[in-house]
Amino acid sequence: MSTFAGVVLFLGVLAYAMLGGADFGAGFWDLTAGGAERGRRPRHLVDESLAPVCEANHVWLIFILVMLWTGFPTAFAAIMTTLFVPLGLAALGMVLRGSGFAFRKVMVRTDQQRVTGAAFAASSVMTPFFLGTVAGGIASGRVPTRGHGDPVTSWVNPTSLLGGVLAVLTCAFVAAVFLTAEARRRDDPDLEVWFRRRALGAAVVTGAVALAGIGILRADSPRLFDELLRRGLPLVILSAACGLASVLLLRRAAPRLLQALAVTAVAAIVAGWGVAQYPYLLGTHLTITQAAAPRPTLWALTIVAALALVLVVPAMGLLFVLAQRGSLESH
Amino acid sequence: MPALVEQVGGALLAAAGDPSQLLPARQMMAFTLGFHIVLVPFGVAFTFLMLIANYRGLRRGDDEALLLARRWSQVAGVLFAVGAVSGTVLSFELGLLWPGLMGRFGAAFGIPFAVEGLFFFLEAIFVAIYLYGWNRMRAWAHFWSGVPIVLAGIGGTWSVVAANGWMNQPAGFRLRDGQVVDVRPLGVLLNGAFWHEAVHMLLAAYMVAGFTVAGVYAVGMLRGRKDRYHRLGLAISFTVAAVCAPLQILVGDLAAREVFQEQPAKFAAMELVPATHTHVPLLLGGFMADGEPHWGIEIPWGASILAGESPSTRIVGLDAIPADVRPADRIVTTVHLSFDVMVSLGFLLLGLSLWWGLCWWRRRRMPQSRLFLRCTAVSGALALVALWAGWVVTEVGRQPWTVVGFLLTRDAVTTAGNVWPFFAATVALYVAVAYGTFLALRLLRRRWRAADEHPGEPDAREVDVPYGPSRAREAASAENRA
Repeated sequence: MSTFAGVVLFLGVLAYAMLGGADFGAGFWDLTAGGAERGRRPRHLVDESLAPVCEANHVWLIFILVMLWTGFPTAFAAIMTTLFVPLGLAALGMVLRGSGFAFRKVMVRTDQQRVTGAAFAASSVMTPFFLGTVAGGIASGRVPTRGHGDPVTSWVNPTSLLGGVLAVLTCAFVAAVFLTAEARRRDDPDLEVWFRRRALGAAVVTGAVALAGIGILRADSPRLFDELLRRGLPLVILSAACGLASVLLLRRAAPRLLQALAVTAVAAIVAGWGVAQYPYLLGTHLTITQAAAPRPTLWALTIVAALALVLVVPAMGLLFVLAQRGSLESH
Repeated sequence: MPALVEQVGGALLAAAGDPSQLLPARQMMAFTLGFHIVLVPFGVAFTFLMLIANYRGLRRGDDEALLLARRWSQVAGVLFAVGAVSGTVLSFELGLLWPGLMGRFGAAFGIPFAVEGLFFFLEAIFVAIYLYGWNRMRAWAHFWSGVPIVLAGIGGTWSVVAANGWMNQPAGFRLRDGQVVDVRPLGVLLNGAFWHEAVHMLLAAYMVAGFTVAGVYAVGMLRGRKDRYHRLGLAISFTVAAVCAPLQILVGDLAAREVFQEQPAKFAAMELVPATHTHVPLLLGGFMADGEPHWGIEIPWGASILAGESPSTRIVGLDAIPADVRPADRIVTTVHLSFDVMVSLGFLLLGLSLWWGLCWWRRRRMPQSRLFLRCTAVSGALALVALWAGWVVTEVGRQPWTVVGFLLTRDAVTTAGNVWPFFAATVALYVAVAYGTFLALRLLRRRWRAADEHPGEPDAREVDVPYGPSRAREAASAENRA
């Protein structure tokens, strides 16, 4: 029962990493697109492909928080009292990001668009970084069961920094692949090349950091490292294979296939983390079962999750279908 | 940044059971909740106004109504985005500021939020479909895509208020050795305070949205733009608010009686009752000092009659509360004055609604006088102040408890880090966001006015595109096509 609730929670993490991740990454490319004139067209594409799905994608974060504090309240309190610095910064980053993006759509003058756009784009890089450090802090066992862990080293440590950097990079990679596909769908060869180059660059850097990460994990989080290479090995290989395939096929494959490959690459590595950490919720000292709320609460969460499956998933599918079909575009 | 970390680290060493974070945590929670609650009526109720206009536009081929619906959806889109992020901050804050609440009671308290998450999801999805579906979907299909927004708004309000009601009247669980056990999810959701709080809040949301929107068009009419577009905008929004106003008085009365029955401490603070008595007077205004009410206008037996329909109704006074959990005088004063403000504004708005209703009944048209328009212009602000005051009554009125009878606020507050810098950063950020929202809305208004005054010019094309495209963007897409 508690394992099931843990799986539901983790599915939320997966969904957020895939859907929210692509959103954050789009902000990364927005940030690095250059001056107003040069970056106009990539930003235009970012704006249009992001706008309809942006809000919905970030509700996953709420889903994660709610599942965590209801299903695993003590673990939630422990995480919050330890990692409050990166979490607080991530929360403020979310505000900056969401409102900056909404305002930019309305603004007309270049200087106003630049300020709001910069707020959106800079926080799109900040927020996943801090969330990545949180993941690293949890995975490397730096959140004590009773909370109140070290407020600094819990997130300024090798595993956390690796998590933060990898989060930013994978977001950027997924987004670049998505936007390449999107540009191709719109028959815009220039933009396609623009994003393809960046997807390649992001893939190379992400791959390099991931390889270096092996060494970091081995030194800093030995258990996670061992399990990642044992139980998680198929997923790690799947992730690497999908990442590689999406890069190799970037020129030729159908947009939808590319998107699927990139998303699978991210999902697989996040799932690998989950599988490697199982059965623990925090590091190697608090298991999912120990942290779980009483059974009736877990039942209530199960019912909510089932309703989400029945109501939210089809609605989300409808949104994506409409967005993909161009029923929701503003051009 | 290093300074922040140092401060945070330093405070941690000094902390350990120290409620030094209580003040900033409460201030921050009040500030962020107060900010978020302004946006809530626009997500919950404004979307309903938008659908009415949309329905009318489609049903009667009313182009002006359709234009209103489209423009309202753009405003709703901006406000929804800001509301979504400020709501996200609140969920972070529940953990960052109140780990004692979430860690110990999350298993019960969290359930309403799980339900709310579901509604929020649906709302976000259908807001997106509706906003971006203008002219892309078939007209009626598009209209129906807006209906789930309104329903999800109602559901979301109910579930969040259920969580608040649970803090006021905890139910659906037992404590064994300080652990939450025997959770009954339905008992948590349908706690005693749930019904009256939920309906009260929902009506308040509709009133704030209705009066605010009506105020916008009243200002336009005061400035001489008395065209049908403005009259229609005023009529749709004012009607919804005016229907809610009398209902709200009834529900408010019911809620006060429920509070009298179930939350005597809060009721004593609301009515400024120092000692348990029958024939308690109703005090308008006034404040509490040294345990006694001062100033204020007394209406003999008023409080007793309101609470129990008879002067001999016995009202529990503040002296019945054990001294260690008795709220301080300034808290009691705050609750009492907020209650008075809320009730008097409620009656003012009721008066304005009756004015409208009478005029409609006698002459089949809305009041024409400038005085009416002036009153309507400020009615949104009044409704908002009443909404704030109401939340102050329910939240401050619960102090010193976070979960009445189970958890004191000083035990719920975080002992990790230093909340002050986080609070300061939040205030700075929210000020910027508020300013940005203001700029964005003003820009939309200017663009629309230009479109109204010079129909046919490129700007009028905004009707094609929700979220009005910037000129730069239009140029870019022209470039694409070329």
